[in-house]
Amino acid sequence: MSKRIDVENLNVYYGDFLAVQDVSMNIEPRSVTAFIGPSGCGKSTFLRTLNRMHEVIPGAYAQGKVLLDGDDLYGKGVDPVTVRSMVGMVFQRPNPFPTMSIRDNVLAGVKLNNKRISSKDADDLVESSLRGANLWNEVKDRLDKPGSGLSGGQQQRLCIARAIAVKPDVILMDEPCSALDPISTLAIEDLINEIKTDYTVVIVTHNMQQASRVSDKTAFFNIEGTGKPGRLIEYAPTTDIFNNPQKKDTEDYVSGRFG
Amino acid sequence: MTTSTQLGTSPVRQSKLTRGQRPKWLVPVIGVAAIVAGAALAALVGFSIALWALFAAVIFLVVGPLAVGLIEGSRSGTDSLMTFLVYAAFILAVIPLISVIWTVLVNGIPGLTSNMLFTSMNGVTGFHDNQADAPGSVIGGAYHAIVGTVSITFWATLMSVPVGLLTAIYLVEYSRGGWLGKAITFFVDVMTGIPSIVAGLFAAALFGMIFGPSTRTGFVAAVALTVLMIPTVVKNTEEMLRIVPNELREASYALGVRKWRTILKVVIPTAISGIASGVTLAIARVIGETAPLLVTAGFATAINWNSFSGWMTTLPTFIYYQIMTPTSPTNPDPSLQRAWAAALILIVIVMLLNLVARLIARAFAPKTAGR
Repeated sequence: MSKRIDVENLNVYYGDFLAVQDVSMNIEPRSVTAFIGPSGCGKSTFLRTLNRMHEVIPGAYAQGKVLLDGDDLYGKGVDPVTVRSMVGMVFQRPNPFPTMSIRDNVLAGVKLNNKRISSKDADDLVESSLRGANLWNEVKDRLDKPGSGLSGGQQQRLCIARAIAVKPDVILMDEPCSALDPISTLAIEDLINEIKTDYTVVIVTHNMQQASRVSDKTAFFNIEGTGKPGRLIEYAPTTDIFNNPQKKDTEDYVSGRFG
Repeated sequence: MTTSTQLGTSPVRQSKLTRGQRPKWLVPVIGVAAIVAGAALAALVGFSIALWALFAAVIFLVVGPLAVGLIEGSRSGTDSLMTFLVYAAFILAVIPLISVIWTVLVNGIPGLTSNMLFTSMNGVTGFHDNQADAPGSVIGGAYHAIVGTVSITFWATLMSVPVGLLTAIYLVEYSRGGWLGKAITFFVDVMTGIPSIVAGLFAAALFGMIFGPSTRTGFVAAVALTVLMIPTVVKNTEEMLRIVPNELREASYALGVRKWRTILKVVIPTAISGIASGVTLAIARVIGETAPLLVTAGFATAINWNSFSGWMTTLPTFIYYQIMTPTSPTNPDPSLQRAWAAALILIVIVMLLNLVARLIARAFAPKTAGR
C-alpha cells in the first residue's frame, strides 16, 4: 500500500517565475514527513508537485524527477489522473462536496469515476474509511445528511476519509489543521499517527509543535527574499531539526529568532 | 413647517446618548404637511393628481432633510436627503410596473373566458364580432397562439441551452484566457446587443436560402429566438460556473477524477440551481419577442402543433395583429378584448416561469441542513 518517494533536482515554475529551486529528498514509506518554513517559501507548491496538482494552475510546470517507488511521475506519457489516484491529498480548508451526502462524499472517488460498486461493498468501504478517519461513531446515524452540515473538524476528517477511500499509496496534507480548533487538531494528529502504519504521509504545517509531535522527519524550506525561489535548507529526523539543527537558518526558525 | 424644532424636550429624563435627536413623529408630520401643501399648490396652478404628487414630493424632499438637518446637524440632514431620494427613486421605478400589471389585469380579466383559452381564431370573422354585444359573448380565442408560443419557445430552448451551456463550460473550464476564449467572449457580448428584428431577418434569410424564399414555420422563429437566447444563457451560466469554488475542483482532481467528469459531476451540480434559473430567465426574456416572429413564423388563425410546417402565431404576434388589424374593422372592441386577455396570459406565463425558476433553484440548491 505504501510507497517511497524520491525527488531529484526538482525545479518548479509558475510561468517564468522559479518558485522552488533544486530540491532533492527521499521520503520513506510508512512515515510522516513534515514541511516547515515561512509563508511563501514554496512548501505547499512543492507538496503539490508530488501529485501533479500544481499543474491545475495555468502556466505552472515542474522540471526534474519525482520517483514513486522508482517510477517517474513526470515521465513521458504519465497521466496526471493516474498519479493523483495513487497520491491523495487533503487541503487546508475542509472542502466536502456540498451537493453530496456524507456517504456520497466518502464514495466520491469511486462514484465520480463511474466505477461499479455493489451496495454491500460500498457500505463496507464507507464504514472502513470513516473508521480509518475516526469519524464513524460521530456520523454513522446520519450518513445521508449533507457533508457540509458537519463541524469544521469533522469535515476535515471526512475529507481524509474521502482521500483514503480511493486507497492511495501516499497522502499529502496541506496545512490540514490551520482552520481547526485545538481539539479537532488533536483528533487529526492522532489520526495521522494511526494512518502512518498504512500510508506514506507528507504534511505541510505552520505549527512547529505539530511538526515535532507528528512527524518522523522534517524538511525546512526557506526563501532568501521576495521574488527569489524557495529552497530546501535542511532535511533530517525531526528530533535533529528541533534539537540539533545543522544550519543557522533552521536554528533561527525553529527557535523563533527568525527574520 | 419647521416650527417643530423647539420640540423634543420632554419632562422624562432623556438619555445623554439620545439627546438632540428628532422626535419620532417629525418625518411623518412633514410628509402629511407636504401632501396638504402640495394639494394647495397644485390647485393654484390647475389641479391634477400628477402635479399634486410632484409638488408634494418636491416639498417633502426639500423640507424633510432641512428640518432633520437643523435638529441633528448636517450629517443627519444629508443622510435623510439621500434616504428619501433612494425611496423616491424606488417608487418611481415601481410605478410603471404596478401600472402595467393593473392595466393588464383590469382590461384582460373580462376577456379571460374559456373561449379565449381553449378556442382558436379559425373561422372567426368580423360578422361574429359585430354580433358580440357583451364581453362574455365574444367567440374565438388565443389557444393557437398559446400553442405557438409554447412550441416555438420549446424548440428555441432545446437548441440554445446545450449550445450556451457548452460555450460557458469552455470559457470557464478550458479556455484558460486563450485567444479563442477572448474571441468567444467578445462575440457573445456583441450578440447580446443584436436587435431582435435582425435576429429574425437572419433566420428568415437563412431558411430562405436553404428552403426557398419566404419559408415561414415555427422552427424558423425558434432559430431566431435561439440567436437571442444563446448570449443570455452563456453569460448567466458563465457567472454561475465562475462562483463554484476552485477548492471543489481541486478536491475532485485530488481523488483522481478526470477533468470532464469533475465538470459533469461536481461543478455543474454545484451550480445547477443558478444555471436553471438563468435559463428560465432567458426563456422569459424571449417569450415576449414580437418583431422576429413577424418575419419568421407568419400569422395563423388555426391551431398548428407542427413547428416544421405551416405558419404559427404566438401570443405577442396575436396581440399585435388583434390591435393593428381588428377582425371586424367597424367594431374593434372584441379584438381589443382578446388582445388584452392575451397580454394577461403572456404575463401569467412569464410569472409562472419565474416561479418555476425559483422552485428549481431551491430544489437543486446545495443542502446545508443542520448538524
